Amino acid sequence: MSTAIALTPAARLKDQVAVPQEPVVLDARIPPGPIEQKWDRCRFDMKLVNPANRRRHTILVVGSGLAGAAAAATLGEQGYHVHCFSFHDTPRRAHSIAAQGGINAAKNYRNDGDSIYRLFYDTVKGGDFRAREGNAYRLAQISVNIIDQCVAQGVPFARDYGGLLETRSFGGVQVERTFYARGQTGQQLLLGAYQALEQQIGAGTVTMHPRTEMLDLVVIDGQARGIITRNLRTGAIHSHVGDVVVLATGGYSNVFYLSTNAKASNCTAIWRAHRRGAHFGNPCYTQIHPTCIPQSGEYQSKLVLMSESLRNDGRIWVPKKKGETRRANDIPEGERDYYLERRYPSFGNLVPRDVASRNAKEVCDEGRGVGPGGHGVYLDFREAIGRLGLDNVREKYGNLFEIYERITGDNAYDVPMRIYPAPHYTMGGLWVDYHLMTTIPGLFAGGEANFSDQGANRLGASALMQGLSDGYFILPATVPDYLARTKLERVDPSHLAFLEAEKEVRQRTEPLLNANGRRTVDSFHRELGRLMWDHCGMARSDAGLRQAVGKIPELREEFHENVRVLGAGEELNQTLEKAGRVADFLEVAELMCTDALHRTESCGGHFRVESQTPEGEALRDDANFCYVAAWEWQGLGQAPALHKEPLTFEHVHLAQRSYK
Amino acid sequence: MKLNLRIWRQKDTDTAGRFVTYQVDEVSPDMSFLEMLDVLNEDLIGRGEEPVAFEHDCREGICGSCGFVINGMPHGPRRHTTVCQLHMRFFKDGDCLTLEPWRAQAFPVVRDLVVDRSAFDRIIQAGGYITAPTGAAPEAGAILVPKEAADTAMDAATCIGCGACVAACPNAAAMLFTSAKITHLNSLPQGQPERDERTLNMTAAMALEDFGSCSNHAECEAACPKGIPLEFIAGLNRDLIRAAFHRHREPLAVVAAPRHPAHEDT
Repeated sequence: MSTAIALTPAARLKDQVAVPQEPVVLDARIPPGPIEQKWDRCRFDMKLVNPANRRRHTILVVGSGLAGAAAAATLGEQGYHVHCFSFHDTPRRAHSIAAQGGINAAKNYRNDGDSIYRLFYDTVKGGDFRAREGNAYRLAQISVNIIDQCVAQGVPFARDYGGLLETRSFGGVQVERTFYARGQTGQQLLLGAYQALEQQIGAGTVTMHPRTEMLDLVVIDGQARGIITRNLRTGAIHSHVGDVVVLATGGYSNVFYLSTNAKASNCTAIWRAHRRGAHFGNPCYTQIHPTCIPQSGEYQSKLVLMSESLRNDGRIWVPKKKGETRRANDIPEGERDYYLERRYPSFGNLVPRDVASRNAKEVCDEGRGVGPGGHGVYLDFREAIGRLGLDNVREKYGNLFEIYERITGDNAYDVPMRIYPAPHYTMGGLWVDYHLMTTIPGLFAGGEANFSDQGANRLGASALMQGLSDGYFILPATVPDYLARTKLERVDPSHLAFLEAEKEVRQRTEPLLNANGRRTVDSFHRELGRLMWDHCGMARSDAGLRQAVGKIPELREEFHENVRVLGAGEELNQTLEKAGRVADFLEVAELMCTDALHRTESCGGHFRVESQTPEGEALRDDANFCYVAAWEWQGLGQAPALHKEPLTFEHVHLAQRSYK
Repeated sequence: MKLNLRIWRQKDTDTAGRFVTYQVDEVSPDMSFLEMLDVLNEDLIGRGEEPVAFEHDCREGICGSCGFVINGMPHGPRRHTTVCQLHMRFFKDGDCLTLEPWRAQAFPVVRDLVVDRSAFDRIIQAGGYITAPTGAAPEAGAILVPKEAADTAMDAATCIGCGACVAACPNAAAMLFTSAKITHLNSLPQGQPERDERTLNMTAAMALEDFGSCSNHAECEAACPKGIPLEFIAGLNRDLIRAAFHRHREPLAVVAAPRHPAHEDT
């Protein structure tokens, strides 16, 4: 299964998809042999770099979240000359910090039947059979090393009274394998990686470039050899030369404008790399989380996640009547529609994330949503309080009720919570092989920035696991192998490729400052977000996607003509930063829609209304779509070329997920 | 509701700043404070005036990016609340609010309400870690951590590095920040081998920056959005004494972090 061949795109897509000039072989480099020996075998086959030669190699790591900070620190420890770049004022701000729930590991400390194989199995099945078996198995193997590493660093995981590590169950799996640090697991794991990184910065092996944003990738003789950055404080454009570039720049959920991602999270680094030749894997795979605090007005800037555990005791409902104006507590029982309990009598309020999300959207689209703008459904604890008592409910969910009250001003013990789904993770990203290398030699991608391990749906507590697996263990093994095998010519920033890339960066930045139009950056971003949410969100249809594919280029054109960015390029200019990122969102959005349009099956977070079971569940089409879609850039306004990496399942049998 | 905002405007570190007054109409009580500033900025851009720069990212109170002083109080009037989580329902129609950046010599103003907090990173570089090269870690289950120690470490580790403690302190001291990291790592068994060196080096690095000294005002504790308690500073002082009197085979090397390392890109 080591190679994947680009197949001729389906005939019905001829109008959207260009046929590649010649078949390009996408070699995923998955080692042969039994699944449990693949990673060992891969490591043994790797070439090594002599310790004395390591400092001669410069590695550029973009991003300082879990994957980036862990990779930069570890490669620094090994003796490489590392440069790490972050647009934040300090690496500790990366958005990994906001992850709440926990991190999975197949430690089986509970003796409850967990194993590496079970975590692997859960990951492949949870990803709705659209992940690589080899990658998912390696992730499960490395999960145990991650916990060891983090404990050694002093990550304060929850402990029991005997001093042993606590675990809990998460995301509907049947074992307790999730390690956690209160509701702040991401924060503590990131601080662990940040501290390791700062130690290396202090030791001089890593040079940190804070407030520095990557704006382009430089490819010379087919190899990634550097990046172009903008110093966000001074506006200075710089070239950085390296032997390897690692992108760990997170996901692109902010294409929807409103998401649970941090405000500055963006797709610019991976998008620029895509435009330079890195294929984009499964761009349409996005995860929409069902329990977020809904939008309260047009000014809303982001959405806040509430733990999914609330659905264990809360009952979800909307009024039966459209345009209901009474307050929730004034609506009698008979006029309430507990729609999940009605439609899914066996699972009720505990249906999987995608089903819960999609149903909420449907009832709101019918005009029965509650709260400002009608974008919300009730999550009601009245019955639970009656059954369990107020104290018990307070004990179980008190901190969540407090977060809710802080934001909405409502006391959820008295009135039902209002919730609504929100985008919060993108399973798609740069296509990478087993070594986490993209289709550009020397360009690697780790964490949410790559497409690799999660398939079409990510299980809870798996994002932290993947980020740290890539950062601490995989990249520090595969990057040196590339260095040892590759002959690299000496280049410096005076190379024509750098000069041209710098020029292009300026040519993109200056028109934004000079457009002097009438609309703000945010107004475009909001419009794009609404368009994507409506047509490429929880439910996607052929007609809707075609409409979006038509509208996005128009919006993009208007953006470049009519955007207003004040101030200068040679200073801290937050509007200019935003404008550059939105310009790239306006391009990635089109690719997401194109991918969603071509994948006429439903799988995981990708739900095509045309492909559902009679009960309204996602219906996969394994005969036609059991592959990774890797898209190749063909130029702005040109249809991208589709390459396919077929997926084969030798250990986990392809089956329709059932919630009955 | 309507608000009058007196906001500190400063073009860059080297240019003198001043207060400028703005009026914001149609403030909804459901807005967060930063969303209210978003509205102001959209309005300013519409009028051709440069928007107010302020730092922000997660808007969930965890990344530590945001923070400025509202009417003399870092992060505003609500306890245990960052400005991104502070909602406008706690203000009244017609309120006059003065917004200014953290005022501390160690945190130079970058622009408007944005300051440079890299001094915090340099304190961490001096010893705010446990040396654990990747791959060398022992089996996690082999390290027992008493629950009390784990809970204390976690209480301390919740620091978000926002800098409100420094802004609140009349001396602009960084003791609460530094003591939080020292308490986190020194409470754990894994942190013991480097305990004395860490304590000495981090406090030495702190002294090299432009922070003042602690004189127990406890303003830091009151301003901390994460409720880091003052007792951690007492613990830091105890550990300093411990390090000074603890017998060591050789004198501990106190590493001075390079002060304001040259920024390559400037």
